[in-house]
Amino acid sequence: MSIALEHVNYVYSPGTAYEKQALKDVSFEIEQGQFVGIIGHTGSGKSTLIQHLNGLVKATSGRILYEGQNIYDEGYDMRKLRSQVGLVFQYPEYQLFEADVLSDVCFGPKNQGLSPEECEARAKEALEMVGFPEKYYRQSPFELSGGQKRRAAIAGILAMRPKVLVLDEPTAGLDPKGRDEILDQVEYLHKETGMTVILVSHSMEDIARYVERIIVMNHGEKMLDGSPREVFSHYKELEKVGLAAPQVTYVMHDLKRRGFDVLPDATTIEEAADEIMKSFEKTRSSK
Amino acid sequence: MIHAKELVYEYDKRDEEGNVIGTNRAIDGVDIDVPQGSFVAVLGHNGSGKSTLAKHMNAILVPTGGTMWVDGRDTRDPDELWNVRQTAGMVFQNPDNQIIGTVVEEDVGFGPENLGVPTDEIWKRVEDSLRAVGMIEYRKSSPNKLSGGQKQRVAIAGVIAMEPKCIVLDEPTAMLDPNGRKEVIRAVEKLRKEKNVTVILITHYMEEVIDADQVFVMDDGHIVMHGTPREIFSRVDELKTYRMDVPQVTMLAEELRKRGLDLPKGILRREELVEALCRLR
Repeated sequence: MSIALEHVNYVYSPGTAYEKQALKDVSFEIEQGQFVGIIGHTGSGKSTLIQHLNGLVKATSGRILYEGQNIYDEGYDMRKLRSQVGLVFQYPEYQLFEADVLSDVCFGPKNQGLSPEECEARAKEALEMVGFPEKYYRQSPFELSGGQKRRAAIAGILAMRPKVLVLDEPTAGLDPKGRDEILDQVEYLHKETGMTVILVSHSMEDIARYVERIIVMNHGEKMLDGSPREVFSHYKELEKVGLAAPQVTYVMHDLKRRGFDVLPDATTIEEAADEIMKSFEKTRSSK
Repeated sequence: MIHAKELVYEYDKRDEEGNVIGTNRAIDGVDIDVPQGSFVAVLGHNGSGKSTLAKHMNAILVPTGGTMWVDGRDTRDPDELWNVRQTAGMVFQNPDNQIIGTVVEEDVGFGPENLGVPTDEIWKRVEDSLRAVGMIEYRKSSPNKLSGGQKQRVAIAGVIAMEPKCIVLDEPTAMLDPNGRKEVIRAVEKLRKEKNVTVILITHYMEEVIDADQVFVMDDGHIVMHGTPREIFSRVDELKTYRMDVPQVTMLAEELRKRGLDLPKGILRREELVEALCRLR
């Protein structure tokens, strides 16, 4: 059970003046149940990459295997793939369109051919999963706050009960609390359902806090792939490609340079605080 | 430069047929005073009224109560409308919605051209503003070939070319990657230092406001906190009740304080934290 990319290339508008290779020989495998972050500067190929995962964009060459099957095989059930690999685009609230929230969330399951009762049950389940308040179910999606709209849009994808949830910058434009709420909810879903989550984000701090593995894209190529600690230890290379490490990682490196006995690879506040406290205890006990 | 007194903004709530069913008060008695040349940041959760406030600063909206003066001009005075707009330029969140030219320098020249500035002067201004935001080498480029941070800097240059005394930026970095965010914030800082432009920055990124002279926090149409970044960010728990956060370095210092280290409150920068920890050793 996994999604695997094998030597995927993608070329835009081949043979024209606008020809551009957006993905170059990208290979990786994501096991079912992983929480993976994808980072990269604007134009690094992140969005093109995730649109390959459910077959929205077809690779120019290379293969994509979902649960061991090549999705480009003749007769492959793309419809099924799209309901199992759910894609939440940037600013998904712009895609809300029904008269009320519940109908909007029902749209996905309705397209899967489920009965109206089943659709509604699925929609309610999905709205509950994202912590959407029941009192707004019958409200127009356009009257909701930014955070609630975002939840409704994510619920619309969850209602199809995907096995893989791909989120393209789900917190862009939200206030800090709204960011935490959405990501905490996604983490909870991941733990509760064992769903694979692929999170594209520009916030290194958020990525470090939630994911177990990071894939770094640069100019259409996979540049790094590893745990947050591994990836952010390459902070100097990341800076060269328009990225950075979380602020706490820089603090740890500064401390190390100033002679503190710390491992500098902490990527979250907790890890950094643990490491700093440990070093203070060591100096105290040696005195 | 920007002065609001008991500012109120109400708008009608309407049903589907367009009948008025009530009023909403988006801004409720706001007093602010921003001196010329200063850098002021406005924080607040989605829907707190900060964008509505920003729109009052160049008369996109005019108050329904109280007064807003921009460089001494009452924004409700229709005769002053164009003067107000020329005094305070706005930059919005999405760079793609703000760029209209097919070549960078044409886009930047559009504003002064509309103001009736003579051609020679337009080109001088275009060059100056592109230099100020570090985009001069892209003057002949097509805007759609630029990165988000570059586009946003072109949008800022377009505003600067109109020579405003004040620039209001409404979440200019929300759609950018880390590098793009840095580029935009650096360009804004430079403008303030070199051209003494007043800067009003609305953002959800706490790291971007640590160099501000004053920070205002809005909630439910009110100003609920006001002070220097250090004062504001030492009140971590209070900020959280307004759905805000503090910079990650401040949060780490706070966590270390909770675990018993004797660190001062309101640490904002990485260097400060490192120095403070060195002193404790």
